[in-house]
Amino acid sequence: MTVVVWICLVGLTIAAGLCLVRLVRGPSVPDRIVALDALLLVVVAGIAVGAAATGDGDFLAVLVAVSLLGFVGTVTVARFVERRGAA
Amino acid sequence: MSAVLDVISAVLLLLGVGFALLAGLGLLRFPDVFSRMHAATKPATLGLLCVVLGAALQMEDGSDAVKLLLVGAFQFLTAPVAAHMIGRAAYRSGTGDLDALVVDELKDVS
Repeated sequence: MTVVVWICLVGLTIAAGLCLVRLVRGPSVPDRIVALDALLLVVVAGIAVGAAATGDGDFLAVLVAVSLLGFVGTVTVARFVERRGAA
Repeated sequence: MSAVLDVISAVLLLLGVGFALLAGLGLLRFPDVFSRMHAATKPATLGLLCVVLGAALQMEDGSDAVKLLLVGAFQFLTAPVAAHMIGRAAYRSGTGDLDALVVDELKDVS
């Protein structure tokens, strides 16, 4: 099980790196919001893998909070871009 | 019994991480904001759901597993709304190149 967890964590790190590359390179603000959304999903998956590895549920309240806050953040920035036309 | 659970959750975790990798790859390779949204929301959400299911099998007591499934349900509900908002923002702020669109139903509406 620990080998699987290590493989998962390395894979998630690579996925987060890919999202970061898009975050830096994204020509426009909506690109960066999309990259941040994907990065958030990778982080939540990482916390879930961590919880699976240790088997205790201490981090699960953080998980729910992070996933909801990420959604609120994405919607807020999307509204900002739409209203101000900050391309 | 726990060996079977371990195998199932290992397969689910690896599947979820594979989907997350696909999402990251798609995010880089697709040319346009709208196509990148496909990559960033669909596989990432499905990957997260697989990881959450795999982790829920590993949990000792039930309430932790329920919390994990709750996270999966929240992401399943909120990801489409967020992607829709981003797409509308990209469309209205004019960053997505609109001539590349094959069908543009939003033109007469917005």
